[in-house]
Amino acid sequence: MYKKDFPYFKNSNVVYLDNAATTQKPQAVIDSQVEYYEHYCANTHRSNFGDANKATQKYENARKHLRSFINASKNEEIIFTKGVTESINFIAHSFANSFDTVIISSLEHHSNIVPWHMQGRTLHKGLEVVKYTSDLDFDFENFEALLQKYPKAFVSVTHISNAFGKINDLKAIIKLAHKYEAVVLVDGAQSLAHMAIDVQALDVDFLALSAHKSFAPTGVGAVYVKEEHLNKLLPYQTGGATIDKVDFESSTLLDSPYKFEAGTQNIAGVIGFSQALSYIESVGYKQIQAYEEELYAYLDEQLHTIEEIKFYNSIQHAIGSRSFNIKGIVHDDIGILLDKMHIAVRVGHHCAQPIMKALGIKGTIRVSIAFYNDKEDIDQFITALKKAIAMLKG
Amino acid sequence: MSIQTKLENYKENLAFFEDELQKYEFIIDLGKKLPPFDEKEQKDENLVQGCTSQVWLICEQKDDRLYFKGTSDAVIVKGLVYMILDIFSGATIQELQEVNMDIVQELNLSEVITPNRQSGVTGMIKKIKSYALLQGA
Repeated sequence: MYKKDFPYFKNSNVVYLDNAATTQKPQAVIDSQVEYYEHYCANTHRSNFGDANKATQKYENARKHLRSFINASKNEEIIFTKGVTESINFIAHSFANSFDTVIISSLEHHSNIVPWHMQGRTLHKGLEVVKYTSDLDFDFENFEALLQKYPKAFVSVTHISNAFGKINDLKAIIKLAHKYEAVVLVDGAQSLAHMAIDVQALDVDFLALSAHKSFAPTGVGAVYVKEEHLNKLLPYQTGGATIDKVDFESSTLLDSPYKFEAGTQNIAGVIGFSQALSYIESVGYKQIQAYEEELYAYLDEQLHTIEEIKFYNSIQHAIGSRSFNIKGIVHDDIGILLDKMHIAVRVGHHCAQPIMKALGIKGTIRVSIAFYNDKEDIDQFITALKKAIAMLKG
Repeated sequence: MSIQTKLENYKENLAFFEDELQKYEFIIDLGKKLPPFDEKEQKDENLVQGCTSQVWLICEQKDDRLYFKGTSDAVIVKGLVYMILDIFSGATIQELQEVNMDIVQELNLSEVITPNRQSGVTGMIKKIKSYALLQGA
């Protein structure tokens, strides 16, 4: 229904089911990039001529847009970054390194594991990991036990698992964490493409966002910082665009968000991010969620027609990604043959090696949907998958 | 048959298939011809570096020639292992020491396998050559 808005589908015969890695971009987002570079390419927050003013205005409008999109209370709480990885690294270095303990979940991807290791934290030495239940759900009992043992911790958890599509109950996680005076960062890399987030309703302290996984250009993202933490945050990097006054004696910094956005930002990307949010708004999350839930259930139903399939979780509390293996076949082989049949899925560990190791596997075949996919995509994928299995088992 | 002749034969065979999937069926069938590989030899020291799937390779010397055995946990890679072992196994140590070919390019495998897997194929050649250099040392 929505494929017509995405030029990729006019130009490619690929059934694209790798949306957890990145999404396709609607024409409006692509046009916004061309428009910036063709008509008003200038730097922001510096020069005073017309195009520079326009670029600054569009950039700041994008900030306002994201602020209202996630229901943050102030523009100062929205800091643009390169994406979720930079957002988490920024908060890890600028804020969380003063915490004795960081608690993450078992289903985190590497972007929410490696920054903590780089701080010298290892399991049970400054880093704790919440267990998962038999259906790969967040284990609240274990979480509370960790919070009791390590109150006032820094909690960093994903909203939706990129590898298995599991949705964490953020409201419950944040409420419980706050009970023990912990601070919570949510990794929202997979969120915006699938569901609305209201930072005030959630009462989340930090929210890391990725633009390119939500129909916007690559190389841009954001981090929401609750106002009460802004003054405790140190700049991750400084330089151009962050300063108020500089002489050779000393420098004074601007207020948030500018002091956190050093150098020239991905201006076109930020403007494109806003355009992608507009596109999501034009479709509506209610429509997106209802449609995706139906498509996801259809995918699951079709996959269940394959006898040799091995799942690691049900589709309860899950959306977007479905991860599985075929008994007796290495996932890599399936990936190669699907590619030759023009089906794009991801095979491997999906940048979540620890959970793969915990499950005793090297990786999975992951199908990840977006609202522009349809049942025909799923049917083509299932037909190709069955053919690949037959070839490999034959 | 020389390494070069065997290589040319495979190149011709692979070029014969216009349909990509048929090319893969050919490779998969080659994998089925691999002789059994002792499970005890599936150890880390015999693993080939650079492979996204696991590939094990061992070497035996008879006179001045080297004979290779190998396997993989992935079906398609098994076919590639067969092809490479068929090309290089039984060559003289001196021939193998002088091997300096880009096998991916020689066999036009870049259209068949992904960059990750290409480095695995290159890894097999490196291991074969390292065995030859070791034997000749």
